Amino acid sequence: MEFTHVNKSEKRVDVYEKVTGRAKYGADLNFANMLYASVLYTAYPYAKIKKIDTQKAKKLPGVVSVITAKDIPNNQFGVIIENQQVLANKKALYIGDGVAAVAAETKKIAKQAIELIEVEYEELKGIYDPIEAAKDDAQLVHDDLENNQVVHHPLRKGDIEKGFKQSDLILKREYSTSFIEHSYIEPEAVIVVPYQENSTVTVYGSVQNPFATQNAVATVLKEDLNKVRVVQNQMGGSFGGKDEVISSMAARASVLALKTERPIKLVNNREQSIKESYKRHPYKMKYKIGATKEGKIKAMEIKAIADSGAYACQTPFVTWRSVVQATGPYEVENVKTDTYGYYTNNVYTGAMRGYGSPQVIFAQESLMDELAVELDLDPIELRLKNIYHNNSITASGQKLDNHEVSLKEVMTKAIKKSDFTEKYRKYKKEVKGDKKRGIGLAVSFRGCSLGAEAIDAAGIILSLKKDGSLSLYSGLAENGQGLKTVYCQIAAEELQIPTEKVNFMEVDTLISPDSGSTVASRATLIGGNAVKKAADNLIDKIKDYIAEQYQQKKEEIKLKDGFIYGKKDIKIMSLKEMAVKAAMEGVYLTTYGWYVSPDISWDEETGHGNPYFTYVYGCQVAEVEVDTATGEIEVLKMTAAHDVGRAINPANVKGQIYGGVSMGIGYGIMEEVVTNEGYIESTNFDQYLIPTVKDMPKLEPIIVQNPDPSGPYGAKSIGEPTLELGAAAIANAVFNATDKRIRSLPLNLEKIIVGKNLSKGGK
Amino acid sequence: MDKISVELTVNRKKYKIKVEPDERLLDTLRERLNFTGVKEGCSIGECGACTVILDGKAVNSCMVYTFQVDSSEVITVKGLEIDGKLDPLQRAFIDYQAVQCGFCTPGMLISARALLNQNPNPNREEIKTAIEGNLCRCTGYKQIIKAIESVVKKDRSE
Repeated sequence: MEFTHVNKSEKRVDVYEKVTGRAKYGADLNFANMLYASVLYTAYPYAKIKKIDTQKAKKLPGVVSVITAKDIPNNQFGVIIENQQVLANKKALYIGDGVAAVAAETKKIAKQAIELIEVEYEELKGIYDPIEAAKDDAQLVHDDLENNQVVHHPLRKGDIEKGFKQSDLILKREYSTSFIEHSYIEPEAVIVVPYQENSTVTVYGSVQNPFATQNAVATVLKEDLNKVRVVQNQMGGSFGGKDEVISSMAARASVLALKTERPIKLVNNREQSIKESYKRHPYKMKYKIGATKEGKIKAMEIKAIADSGAYACQTPFVTWRSVVQATGPYEVENVKTDTYGYYTNNVYTGAMRGYGSPQVIFAQESLMDELAVELDLDPIELRLKNIYHNNSITASGQKLDNHEVSLKEVMTKAIKKSDFTEKYRKYKKEVKGDKKRGIGLAVSFRGCSLGAEAIDAAGIILSLKKDGSLSLYSGLAENGQGLKTVYCQIAAEELQIPTEKVNFMEVDTLISPDSGSTVASRATLIGGNAVKKAADNLIDKIKDYIAEQYQQKKEEIKLKDGFIYGKKDIKIMSLKEMAVKAAMEGVYLTTYGWYVSPDISWDEETGHGNPYFTYVYGCQVAEVEVDTATGEIEVLKMTAAHDVGRAINPANVKGQIYGGVSMGIGYGIMEEVVTNEGYIESTNFDQYLIPTVKDMPKLEPIIVQNPDPSGPYGAKSIGEPTLELGAAAIANAVFNATDKRIRSLPLNLEKIIVGKNLSKGGK
Repeated sequence: MDKISVELTVNRKKYKIKVEPDERLLDTLRERLNFTGVKEGCSIGECGACTVILDGKAVNSCMVYTFQVDSSEVITVKGLEIDGKLDPLQRAFIDYQAVQCGFCTPGMLISARALLNQNPNPNREEIKTAIEGNLCRCTGYKQIIKAIESVVKKDRSE
């Protein structure tokens, strides 16, 4: 297939303003007569709030308003379960809960006022371990609930007892992962303007999901959705992280804006951001696997417990993706999987790039290598005996028959490029000295888009202006990943105009079609299809107009290079001339494209169904050097092969791979939000370390393209798959280097040296 | 407390201003002079989003009080562009897709510019050292390094 714009590394449509510093992010916006807000956080992770005295704060010159929970019209919101407090009411449930908020003339006064608020707490003994929270007699995090369970997803297939009986070898292993901070470099920012035009409040800022924030603010204000307007500004990174935390901030600022009738600016500093914002779920996982001595997996039994922290947030859906993908991309006849989420008084957890997959992939891909060792098989050989191929049946009973199941292809390509086989053998041999090298790999399948979590549809509006330029209105939003560029390229491809003639209008709930959230690596797949539909509808209108006005057969009309051609490829006129004529004749050249994903199914009782309509496949290989004297792990090289269906913009796809791999390295060996009885100890980048340029190894991206029938031009997903494999591949490489198996993330120094984690009791 | 008079040259233009004693250069640039291309990411000198060139050196503007740098010369991302012409580094960041969310980009460009001003022919390690204090969560740094190297190579060939 030949393309004009698609499948080409066209420059980003938003890059000029970004390299010149002109791009306006939330904190860069100011409005006349604006006030600055600041939030007082609870002093304890779990405490009864007995009294709040705001008198002194209110009297401070320059303070305009102080609010507490009693000023919030409806204090609870949430995307799935509405139990997140805007401000802590009777109890603070985690260390990032707000207790009061202030609006003042300057930032400095707002900060001073916060310190003048007197709160009388009764500190309570919290619950900080989800395993403890799961016990029958555990104290309740939410008084109004019967127990601490947020959710339980079961999946049953075949007969595991039979499967284990048929196995020659059974392995039981436990794995665990940590809280992870998104670490978007831009801290959260919102500005709320009251009574602008006909909207009660207009929210600007670093909003990942304008429609989710619109819902939350409307719920909190008890206002109609059409009176709450959310406009997205440039996003300084999100990775799933600027959803509920932004909704909460927007809700607080909205209440202050309505109280004061002035614009309110609320910007977090890094400490506030890390303390308040939700994290990636830490998981505790028990895996039991049975296989024949030839290496055929017969049964898997999995129990995974996720720490949801104080609120439900996205836990029900995050753990659902885990239940679908927990067995990995392997054919297993007999499966019993249970994933759970439990409330604790830890920081709450939610969406982060990967969304319940990196945890189970770390476990299951470590386990595959452990099984290979026990069976004395090569890790590749073991995988090849069990991986999905076309027409495989997944754990939930889905037959993979509607797209190319390219696991073997991505594996083969990554293995070849990384010289895996030879290096694996070489590094396995004992070497003298402290520095030992190792190589390891991990593979995955990943369901694209939301799956059975929610309705999966998106809309695009295209409007051809009378000068031939095209406005694109999208409900899905740029997070920095390159969505704007991809959409403009698709529109340009369809209409055969230069990409720079397409302008992506900022996402604004005033006009953008509600397309759900920009999550689940769904933007190119779902939104891309909507762009194509809108463009095709527009082309259809143009052809109708030309056919009627110029006596042409509709099917003979073509668009190319900005011109319209008719019978025998005769040039009729330019698109621009046509647009002027059409405008003068009252022909409206604005169209809508609405795309609804193919049918999916899920039985919540049994875990059966077709949870996603298509999947992507990836393989990453890590090469490491471990200093066994100091325990230091250096990642030397990462090779990442990902089937993206079709790369709409190959340079952007590579950028996603590089960035995802970097985040995977952080997850594997560096990052952990250290908590202690609910307190967060790593609150800034001096303690929470993310990869710098010097932590980055050689990166070898391999883009595999098997166009998918459901994707625009065959395109699927890339954002999340890139991050989910690194930690497992590194853990396997560390084993190859040292013969030490580390079963908890991050793989840290003392674990390498002594082979167990001293501080946590060790396994 | 009384305000302090300070004279600053920012992006080749002189400003006579009165600042608070505890006012950081970052605040002066962003809030007093409206150079919002300078970003605030961590406020403790760890992320590099607020990097500016101060008298020839790349510094974190969150770590400097404005009164301390009286009579200094400051270049922000805005000053990289001269008469509407982009710095070759800016062009290279565009061409090499070195930008995703863009929040680290101004600081990254400034660190690279400060390096090239002092050392027009850095090797890869020197480039890495120059941007080691600039955190980027999106790109994995690879396209950024390539962009900077492309400018170095161009300089060499000229």
